[in-house]
Parts: sequence; structure tokens; C-alpha cells
Amino acid sequence: MADAPDTVKKVLEVTDLVTHYGPRLILKGVSMSVRDGEIMVIMGGSGSGKSTLLRHLMVLERKTSGTVRLLGEDIDKLSARELNDLRKKTGVAFQGGALFSSMTVGENIMLPLYEHTDLDPMTMEIMARMKLEVVNLAGFEHLMPSELSGGMIKRAAVARAIIMDPKVLFMDEPSAGLDPAVSSSLDDLILRLRDAMNMSIVVVTHELESAFKIADRITVLDKGEILFIGTVEELRAHPSERIQNLLNRRAEDDTIDPDEYLSRLTGDTTVGTATL
Amino acid sequence: MASIGNFVERVGRATVAAVEEVGNGGVLVVQSLYWVFVGAQQRQPVRIASVFVQMMEIGIKAVPIIAMLAATIGMMLAIQSIYTLRIFGAESRVTIGIALSVTREFAPLITGILVAGRSGSALAARIGTMKINQEIDALHVMGINPVRFLVVPALLASVVMVPSLTIFSDFMGLLAAGLYINLELGISLAAYVSELQAVLHVDDVMHGLGKSMIFSVLIAVIGVVNGASVTGGAEGVGKVTTRAVVLSISAIIVTDMIFAFVATR
Repeated sequence: MADAPDTVKKVLEVTDLVTHYGPRLILKGVSMSVRDGEIMVIMGGSGSGKSTLLRHLMVLERKTSGTVRLLGEDIDKLSARELNDLRKKTGVAFQGGALFSSMTVGENIMLPLYEHTDLDPMTMEIMARMKLEVVNLAGFEHLMPSELSGGMIKRAAVARAIIMDPKVLFMDEPSAGLDPAVSSSLDDLILRLRDAMNMSIVVVTHELESAFKIADRITVLDKGEILFIGTVEELRAHPSERIQNLLNRRAEDDTIDPDEYLSRLTGDTTVGTATL
Repeated sequence: MASIGNFVERVGRATVAAVEEVGNGGVLVVQSLYWVFVGAQQRQPVRIASVFVQMMEIGIKAVPIIAMLAATIGMMLAIQSIYTLRIFGAESRVTIGIALSVTREFAPLITGILVAGRSGSALAARIGTMKINQEIDALHVMGINPVRFLVVPALLASVVMVPSLTIFSDFMGLLAAGLYINLELGISLAAYVSELQAVLHVDDVMHGLGKSMIFSVLIAVIGVVNGASVTGGAEGVGKVTTRAVVLSISAIIVTDMIFAFVATR
């Protein structure tokens, strides 16, 4: 499937990304890109490699080969300091929020400002309140993360992720574990962030409804390979049986390799690792 | 034959893992020193406020339990020493044994063990929980070095507070022993203090402080290395916390013996 044309400005480009987890091959030469100001949804079933891909996009893992260019910079060619500077232009909202439990919501949100700017505390507090307004959590800055609901934690995590006004926002399973109403309001928030702040947003999710609602384009991963990159309409109309199975939530009829199955049962991993 | 092979393999794996763990600890110390001295130039200074927060946790909040146990140890030493020396009719010479035992051995040891139990375990649990909750990843993606942000404040606080607590422990142990001696042998506190001044040298106190300095680094490093090695959920955090305490106390006792051997040559 064709990726973004070269004329379109890209904030993120991945080329032939290969990665292993121990002896297991996880990503098998993934290439994709994210355009400026678009919401790119990465989808796939469990074990498809979508979370691993996201960790590589966030520069949290060492890859085996391939290149990742973030905001035009090849991350392999950056010094630690340059990488840190680049990271200030990105934001991440983790699946579980990853708020620091020893800090209040307000302190969590202000932390990047406290660490990376010389702003006075009053200005930082005002900025934190502004971001809390954006995510509809105004007035909650004095609470501890343990006092928030699951949906509120995710919103607070988004507020922290956007406090430095990043150019690229990464979100890992924003709808996971939330009821439909809260999930829908988070989707609306993601759309607002793109429209109001012109952010490029990369969302990893397995929630089809959410993906179809927010995505400008969708990348579908399966077993460490890209099956599809394109718009929601192109995805719905795609003839591939594997993609239609994914959309219709049908389990694939995987053929079991008897040698591999036996080796897994007996604990001998040599057969399995050679093929993965 | 196969079982011997398995045994050798297990021993080999355990040895490699142990060497790796020691190496991780060494790297952590070097990285911590780097951030202490170079952090400000890298626009990532070590925050003094974070160090004071840790000093409060590791040091000030440990004062009551250190006071109680140091006093108990001092009194116990006085009881045993008087009992032993009475056999030779030399109980009036009890001060020298207590003075040297408390300052050179018991005060740094009991302080180290207590801080390992209180703060080493808390550090391992904190780092482990943060790792599982992706809070360490969150620091990375925010461009905040976790060693500078989490480890250095704990390490600096430990290096300052463990020797400080050891001095306090010296004082409490010797005071409690003096009170017991006063009650049991009728030796006044003034005479006891005067005798302490005569038998104790700066070297004896420094011997204890030198040890406590090493213990402080061991406690912090073992806590962090174990916390960072967590796998699984809450059960994993419990395991690494227990392991951190056991390893810290073991390391403290072994180091104490080696230090005593080397320092008395």
C-alpha cells in the first residue's frame, strides 16, 4: 500500500524498521510516515507489533536496523543532548497515564516546564491550568493521581503531554478500559488537539470505532508487517481477507506448524526462534 | 551426567547474572557522579530540593527508631560487658570495650541495617513501581534522565544521612551504656564521659564513619538496581523489594568484615 507522497511534509518517517525481542523478530522491515497535522492511527491485533512500533517512534527501544526520522532528524545521528531537545517537541500519553503517584496532578503537568524552562512558578501554574481546561479537568490540579478515575487519568496524561506544545503527540491505547461515553469524549479531545493546536498525532489502538472516528489515515500491522496504510474509506473497501477479518473481528485460521507446536510444548525453542 | 550439566549451567548463569548486577551497580555510580558534576552544563542540574526530600525520608524520619535501637544496643553491650568482666573483677574497665565496640562496629552496622530495611526497600519498591507503571518511560520521553532525577537525590541523601545517623547512633549508644553503668556500678556520667575521651580517638569514630559511607552507597545502589530489574506486576515489586533488603544487609555485613580486616592491618 502506498505511503504519503514525497511532496507532503512529514513529521515522522520510518524506513525498513527491523527489531528483535531477544531472538524473536518483532518488526519485519516496517516503513511508514506521518504527515504534518494528521492523525495517524496504528491498528493491529494482539502481538502484531503496534506497541513495539510506537516505542520505537518514541525512541524508547533499540532497533536492529532501519531508520527513524522524527521532525526531520535521523535519531541515530543525534547526541544524547540533541535527542533530549528533540523530545521536548514531542508529547506522549501512555496507556495507563504514567502519572507520578507522589505528585499532584498539577505538579505532574508542570514537571516538563519545571525541568526544561526558566519560567516562574506562577506562570507554570497558569499554563498547567490552561492545559487542564483543554482536557476538561479544570480545578483538579490539587488532587493526587490516585484520586482520579481512569478517564480522568488519561486526560491528565494528555494535559502533561501537551504542556510544552509539542509538534507530535503519541498516544498509546487512549480508549482502553474506558466506557463508550468516556472513550468518545477522549476521541473528541484528540480531534480538538489536531484542529486547535495543529498537532500531528500518532494513536495506537485496537478500538475500531475510535480509530474510524479520529483517523486521517490508518496503518494496519499484522505479525510485524504492514498490511495497509490509507484512509478509513480505503480500509473499509480493501479486498484483503486478512484486513476484512480484522475489521470484522474474526479470528484468523492460522495453520499450525506441528514442529513449532511440539517445540513449544517441550520447551525447545530452537525451532520456533529460527522461524520468528 | 545430565544433572551435573544442569547444575553447572545454573551456576554459570547465576554467576553471569551476579557479575552483570555488580556491573550495573558500578555504571549507576559512575552515571550518578557524571550528573552531579556535569548535570548543570547539560541543562539537567540535580535539584537540591529533591535531595532534601530524600534526606528527610532517609535520615530525619529514621531518627526515632535509630535512637531506640542504638540505645538498646548500648545498654545490651554494657550488660554483657559488665557480666563478662565481673568474672575477672575488672568491671570498672567496662568503658573501653563499649566505647570501641559502639563507635567502630555496632553504631555503623545497626544504622546501615536499619536504613537498608527502611529506605533501601522503599527505593527498590518506588523504582520498581515506577518502571511497571511506565513512569520511567515517561521521564525518558520528557527528556528527563531517570538517573539524574531519581537516583542521584537518593544517593546523595544516603551518603549524607547514613554517616550523620551513625554519629547520632554513636551518641545514643554511648549515652545509654553510660546510664546503665551509672546505675549498675555507680560510676558517674561525668567520670564515664571523661574516660570515653581518654580511650576514644578520632580514628575510631572515623573508622565507623568510613564504613557507614560505604554502606550508604551500597544501600542506594542495591535498591535502585533491584528496583530497575523488576518484571511482572505487584508481585514482582514485592520480590525485588525483599531481594534488595536481603542483598543490602548481606553486603553491609560482608563489607563490614572486610573493612574491619583491612583497617586493622
